[in-house]
Amino acid sequence: MSGLKELRNRIGSVKNTQKITSAMKMVAAAKLRRAQEQAEASRPYAERMERMLGSLAAANRNKPGGPKLLSGTGSDQVHLVVVATADRGLCGAFNSSIVRDARRFIDQKLSEGKEVKILCVGRKGRDQLRRMHSKRIVDTLEDVSKPRPSFEKADEIGRRLLEMLEAGEFDVATLFYARFKSAISQIVTRQQMIPFAIEEEQGEKGADETASKLVYDYEPEQEEILRQLLPRNLSVQLYRALLENAASEHGARMTAMDNATRNAGDMIKSLNRVYNRTRQAAITKELIEIISAKEAM
Amino acid sequence: MAEQVAFELVSPEELLVSEEVAMVVVPGEEGDFGVLPRHAPLISSVRPGVISVYKERHTVSERIFVAGGFAEVTPERCTVLAELAVPVDKIDRAAAEQKLKDAREDLADAKDEVSRNVARREIATQEAMLKVAER
Repeated sequence: MSGLKELRNRIGSVKNTQKITSAMKMVAAAKLRRAQEQAEASRPYAERMERMLGSLAAANRNKPGGPKLLSGTGSDQVHLVVVATADRGLCGAFNSSIVRDARRFIDQKLSEGKEVKILCVGRKGRDQLRRMHSKRIVDTLEDVSKPRPSFEKADEIGRRLLEMLEAGEFDVATLFYARFKSAISQIVTRQQMIPFAIEEEQGEKGADETASKLVYDYEPEQEEILRQLLPRNLSVQLYRALLENAASEHGARMTAMDNATRNAGDMIKSLNRVYNRTRQAAITKELIEIISAKEAM
Repeated sequence: MAEQVAFELVSPEELLVSEEVAMVVVPGEEGDFGVLPRHAPLISSVRPGVISVYKERHTVSERIFVAGGFAEVTPERCTVLAELAVPVDKIDRAAAEQKLKDAREDLADAKDEVSRNVARREIATQEAMLKVAER
């Protein structure tokens, strides 16, 4: 049985850990709320952008010589995988689950004989992918969401992707991030960014359906608008992914820290029990010693 | 006056304006255009300039500077996706002048075509903003 002093130290240290985890939980909760608000505020723009692009893209999809962003480069030999993760750990399985999905995708593409390049957005993704795919990582962007995701940053990444596309460095770009559903549930999402994948019409609200049937005038030309709209859309999608990711990260951290706090509480409880039992045993033992000594006399 | 246009102004960060108005005038790429109810469907790109909102038929109720973007017009609705939007009376001239100066320096220092284009766009935006503020 461990000594009383060690037990006391042990309890003290677990209590300290609990203080830290519960503080982290509260910080994460506060940040989560802000991230969620930001994500919600950005939704209208992305939705309307999608609506506009949807009607344009459908008309222009199969035209030869269209923009690369829409119709692709004509091959799918080189895949670029953009893995968006957090910069920091201690947020449960958040980073690992994104990386796990990305890795599965990479392995699949490799086994099909394709070439894969990786662009990491976030330190943790790089740390985990480096072990097996260090040669494939093109670059890592850090501190993108610090202090919070901004549209400028997303735009920067978007421009970077465009440059790489123009330089013929890849054919297809796929983005991995975690979509925020709730604080306890984040869904790892795979999204093809280049070429732009038109989402199937799913019989949405009535107003939207009539809108997509309208025949629009274009000013300037359709092609010109498309040329401006597509890069913009790329940045918007990235921005959205960054926001969703930020919210997911804080949600995951909050849940993880909540669990940690609870576990620490359980541990303190059981340690306290052992401590008290040991203390009592010691007292009883002393009493028995005194009594039996007296009886022997 | 019965019919109104549902006007929405959206930036990547947030939904800025969403209201029923009588008319909006949008600075389109190929000239300003006014949107009244039952306007023909139109998608246009927007150049840096001022959006005028007419709540009542003949009075401008709001003037908002936008730094380019896109507009989608349907018979009931006018949606503007702006990159940056500032109400005209809230333009900070000192900040805009500073940014213009910075952008000009960037243009001078820029080494490749991409960053030169970025700087050029910034200059155009800030110049337009200052011009608007002067009036």
